[in-house]
Amino acid sequence: MLLIYCPYCEEERSELEFRQAGDAHIARPTNMTEMTDEDFEAFFFLRDNVKGLTFERWRHLNGCGRFFNAARDTVSDKFLTTYKAGLPRPDLSTLRPATEATVETYEATESNAK
Amino acid sequence: MADLIGAELATRTLPLSGFHGGSAAAALSVAAPATRISLRAKPDAVAALSGALGLSLPTKAKTSASSNGRHALWLGPDEWLVIDENEADLIAAVASSNMLHSATDISHRNTAIIVKGRGAAVAINGGCPQDLSLAAFPVGACSRTVLAKAEIVLLRTAEDTFRVECWRSFSPYVSTLLAEAAEDAGN
Ligand SMILES: [Zn+2]
Repeated sequence: MLLIYCPYCEEERSELEFRQAGDAHIARPTNMTEMTDEDFEAFFFLRDNVKGLTFERWRHLNGCGRFFNAARDTVSDKFLTTYKAGLPRPDLSTLRPATEATVETYEATESNAK
Repeated sequence: MADLIGAELATRTLPLSGFHGGSAAAALSVAAPATRISLRAKPDAVAALSGALGLSLPTKAKTSASSNGRHALWLGPDEWLVIDENEADLIAAVASSNMLHSATDISHRNTAIIVKGRGAAVAINGGCPQDLSLAAFPVGACSRTVLAKAEIVLLRTAEDTFRVECWRSFSPYVSTLLAEAAEDAGN
């Protein structure tokens, strides 16, 4: 079971209390009525679905109820850090090298198997 | 005759009326009826609301305040569950603060089960993933969390006693699951 650090409860809690809530840091346009359909589609529907580091919104649904943001690795499922909603993306340069060394990806462990 | 029919309709029963169970390690009982509100307010209203309620609304995660059968439980940074075991009018109490807030009467949305005994924490942990050791969850600690698939609010009222608040429609599920876990807690 994953433990996720809630920045509002200020402690790690079981993943059972949380729900993922899509990508983080998506700015809502202020000129929605003037946008082209393509621009609106890009804002509203299109997401990167990155492999590796991603920034997501999470909600401590069965806890404090707050939305917050998380930097998570989609390959290892590891949460690199979590931070309160409204804060900018944290600088992960100090976090990433340490975690990457411990991440067991499919490619690293299985793809070269004979 | 019409009066009698009206009186009959007004009779309220607890959703778990008559329920009892548990084991020697963790006894289960239905909490007495209480009034409850879901209270939301910004930080600038906390002092006035505390004065109106006669207790200090907690502002620290997982903490509660209790006074004369009235309990205020921190649920989130701007959200509290207030319970009055003497069935006082909590809506009127917070309204007297004259500060902007939101209060919803949930007295009948929730019901509560008291879990008591040396195995109380073990019984609740049968479906709840939180660390209920006294170090992590001391007397007075509270939290909204889950019991298997149901949302509950936990309040530790004594070292060996928890109040488990749940929605009334979930109460057959919560009580049955706790009864099962209480049996296991005795082993
Ligand atoms: Zn939280």
